[in-house]
Amino acid sequence: MSKRKILMSLATMCVLSTAAVAEGPKPGGVVNAVIQPEPPSLMMGLVQNGPTQMVAGNIYEGLLRYSPKLDPLPGLAETWSVSEDGRVYTFKLVKGVTWHDGKPFTSADVLFSIEFLKQTHARARGNLVQLDKVEAPDESTVVFTLKQPFGPFIGIFEVGSLPMIPKHIYEGTNFKTNPANNTPVGTGPFMFKEWQKGSFIRLVKNPNYHVKGKPNIDEIYWNVIPDAAARSVAYETGKVDVLPGGSVENFDVPRLSKLKNTCVTGAGWEFFSPHSWLWLNNRSGPTANKKFRQALMFAIDRNMAKDVVWNGLGKVATGPSGSAIKYYTSAVPKYDYDPAKAKALLKEAGYNGEKVRMLPLPYGETWQRWAEMVRQNLQDVGINVEMIATDVPGWNQKVSEWDYDIAFTYLYQYGDPALGVGRNYVSSQIAKGSPFNNVEGYSNSEIDKLFADGAVAFPDSAREEIYAKAQKILVEDVPVAWMLELQFPTITRCSVKNLITTGIGVNDGFRDAWIEK
Amino acid sequence: MRQVWRVLLRNPGGMIGIAILIVAVTVALIGPLLFPTSPWRMVQRPFLPPFTLAGFPLGTDALGRDVMAGIIYGARVSLLVGLISTLASLAVGIPLGAVAGYFGGRIDDALMRFTEFFQTVPSFALAIVLVAIMQPSIVSIVSAIAIVSWPPVARLVRGEVLSLRTREYVQAAVVTGQTNWWIIWREILPNALSPVIVLASLMVATAILLESSLSFLGLGDPNLMSWGYMVGAGRTVIRQAWWITVFPGIAILVSVLALNLIGEGLNDALNPRLAKGGR
Repeated sequence: MSKRKILMSLATMCVLSTAAVAEGPKPGGVVNAVIQPEPPSLMMGLVQNGPTQMVAGNIYEGLLRYSPKLDPLPGLAETWSVSEDGRVYTFKLVKGVTWHDGKPFTSADVLFSIEFLKQTHARARGNLVQLDKVEAPDESTVVFTLKQPFGPFIGIFEVGSLPMIPKHIYEGTNFKTNPANNTPVGTGPFMFKEWQKGSFIRLVKNPNYHVKGKPNIDEIYWNVIPDAAARSVAYETGKVDVLPGGSVENFDVPRLSKLKNTCVTGAGWEFFSPHSWLWLNNRSGPTANKKFRQALMFAIDRNMAKDVVWNGLGKVATGPSGSAIKYYTSAVPKYDYDPAKAKALLKEAGYNGEKVRMLPLPYGETWQRWAEMVRQNLQDVGINVEMIATDVPGWNQKVSEWDYDIAFTYLYQYGDPALGVGRNYVSSQIAKGSPFNNVEGYSNSEIDKLFADGAVAFPDSAREEIYAKAQKILVEDVPVAWMLELQFPTITRCSVKNLITTGIGVNDGFRDAWIEK
Repeated sequence: MRQVWRVLLRNPGGMIGIAILIVAVTVALIGPLLFPTSPWRMVQRPFLPPFTLAGFPLGTDALGRDVMAGIIYGARVSLLVGLISTLASLAVGIPLGAVAGYFGGRIDDALMRFTEFFQTVPSFALAIVLVAIMQPSIVSIVSAIAIVSWPPVARLVRGEVLSLRTREYVQAAVVTGQTNWWIIWREILPNALSPVIVLASLMVATAILLESSLSFLGLGDPNLMSWGYMVGAGRTVIRQAWWITVFPGIAILVSVLALNLIGEGLNDALNPRLAKGGR
């Protein structure tokens, strides 16, 4: 029932937004959004956690933006081209762009940003590994030369991954202690105005924004409300108009989506593609046996988890890649809910009722309920599951020290298997101390080779073939038990139009948004 | 003892308390026979309101688990935790109080300072810390509750022993050359027991409340269904589905009330003079 409601409101939103295009955006208005939790800083070059990206993505810009299908769109770069051999990327910058303080934005800022981010941004550093040199032949041209073709390269210019940093403010200073970090200056559609800690962050329209006629909205207030129930109430009472994904408990979503003038969408997370799975310890215990791991996949009712725990939002994961990720294939072995088959596999695996420890993800009620559901599924086929209660530091510690049998998690995938998928399966990523690498301890030289080749293969069709093969092998081996492609629903007043138009959704959404009066 | 029962049975509050407790214990004992499936099993559609389907009189929770089954299995956990943690704290508190009261002097000082050390720390906060450190499980919860609730027992027993120690029959025992331990065991403790029994019945109630509060905060044993857990898990959906929180809440209320009534009744029965004076 609730699922249908959401689908209906999604449909309504589509209808309304096409109608809106016909009417044309109207300028003006103030938007109140929720930001949860309060970001530690808005200086995107130094801090890249979720809430920082969500607010600062409207202050800073990257060279490119990405459609929901993850195709590159113009950002600060107007046009771009890739050489025949896939090694040289040439970007033509938009002319006449200025920083919020009035200084011009040029190719020199791009070169500086690359150097800046290599020092401060771990993920950017990884993305730039194949970069040989970057040059600026003139004020509005930047040329990247790679050591070898690297297909994912076109996908690394998103604002959170490679934000442009003003050279005239940071050059020659200590980046971390520069007082300008408190008053971020970007080229984006909104300018930082004030930050009342613990209360709100206020952004105002950039009148000199380089896209004519944008933004439409005058001001954005990002309200800090620490309690999930209070955030729902703030929406109900009309204090806020935008609840970005993850800011209310899932159980509240159906109730809120029934309110008048309310639109719900799961779109806007394609670039991140949060993918959830169970780490299965491949080193020891019953989970070291492939048959046992396959039995888990058959034993868990993932459709029911989607419908009941996630209120119908999301998709059952078919394998290591989310379906929005490049080179995703659904041509892999299927694991539909089939307890009988699971029992048969357990018998084959010789499972003798050994105790299996399961760690839920300590991220709130939704995850707790989900773990309880999976435990029930596993107990139903005769697996002796013991749930271990932890807090966030305890979870981190246990997972990064490999002290678990089964553990819930979810990670972002960043659009390309070379950026966000391979790290969880290649054997070079087996290292204690991180909960984000190959935590399960899966080691397969064939997979290692496929991911190594896939990252640098050229052209794209060659990559596609390699990743299709890798996905097939992984799904057969079940190194981890993939659960759902998560969707974090964004709840807005229907009068807020055009908010989610790209693959990163709200993070750079206010550029195009407008309010219907 | 027979007289105590008679007074207790004449006390309407105590009677009600005992009746409720008998029902609760019976449910805890034979409930699993009536509901053989696990209370964690998802049996019907989620958020089924109460009194709509015959098999599920109290409805289902956010995952479609039977609330009635949860309450019955929860009774086992709550009563068990209440009983065992009370016994454990009595096992610590009575000997400590008796030794302190009987020997007095430096031993008394040392033991009472030790007791005060525990009394100055807010008990619930201490229980949270203990459970969080030891990792939530039934053993850590029972230990934590016992650790925070023995000091009042020790102080009470000490007070009783202090006054009994100067009685003539104790003096007589000392003169006849009986050992200290024998005197404490045979002469003093039996006579100090009535207020302890009253206190213990109230402690069971407090322990049930403590366990519920810990579970409510997510520090319950994740493998056992308890009333506090049900309230805590249903709290987020209270506006859509009141029954998930209300029924276990009533269960906690009723059982704690019953234990308090019994405590009152016992108090009247064991201290007849006080009862007559009060009425």
